[in-house]
Amino acid sequence: MTAYLATFCGGMLIGLSAVILMMANGRVAGVSGIAGRLLQGVQTATGAAFVIGLFVGPVLFRLLAGAWPVVELVTPWPLVVAGGLLVGYGSRMGSGCTSGHGVVGLARLSRRSMAAVASFMAAAVATVYLMGLFA
Amino acid sequence: MNRIERLRVVAALMSGIVFGLGLALSGMLNPARVRGFLDITRDWDPSLGFVLAGAVAVSALGMALVRRMHKPLLDSRFHLSETRIIDRRLLVGSAIFGIGWGMVGLCPGPALASLSLGLPATALFSTAMLAGMAAHDRLFGARLRQRTS
Repeated sequence: MTAYLATFCGGMLIGLSAVILMMANGRVAGVSGIAGRLLQGVQTATGAAFVIGLFVGPVLFRLLAGAWPVVELVTPWPLVVAGGLLVGYGSRMGSGCTSGHGVVGLARLSRRSMAAVASFMAAAVATVYLMGLFA
Repeated sequence: MNRIERLRVVAALMSGIVFGLGLALSGMLNPARVRGFLDITRDWDPSLGFVLAGAVAVSALGMALVRRMHKPLLDSRFHLSETRIIDRRLLVGSAIFGIGWGMVGLCPGPALASLSLGLPATALFSTAMLAGMAAHDRLFGARLRQRTS
């Protein structure tokens, strides 16, 4: 029960973050877009501030909750590298990731984002299923 | 940098902090749980579905308010994609992203936020992810620059 409450409240904070950025700056809180533009040297001040905020978030959680958030990553490192490359390349090619298409796009009822979410969810579920066959 | 520009940086920082705190609280920073959520045919852990539910609920409420605003508080206009077309780029790119997400259980937000914990594996993932982003934008840079005004 508490696990569900924590995930729901965490989700609400993520939604709030997207509302802050849209209301104040008129920008989509999409992490792949912000990181990609930062790498291109576009909108560096606000982009860097957002990413620094992302780093501060878990530290704030540590101060409030008394423990670091749990991170269990057991995937072998060659797969970690391959997965990272695919996530980076694919999220830029598809103009967004879980935050831009998922949190902001779905909330705006964007057809494009609905199609993108359907595509990446289907691919992710299929990938986990196939990897499970060989585990 | 004038006053409005400084305020935009402060707003972006606030948004990032709330985002990072939300990720930490929600369990999205844990790749094992994300992969458990995606593993619908075996030991499905549906709890992370509530992250998306909570996020979209609050975001939808906020976006309904935003629709009544003529412009954002700190800028002259909203910067939204004008593209309406669902093309192969969108679908194939999203599928490529989904494969990587399924393989490791990290998407861009959690990958960057988890760097605070100083774990080698997530740092390696983030480095590869940024390289993938840079590789894409190097190849298709001109097309992207038109969109990022």
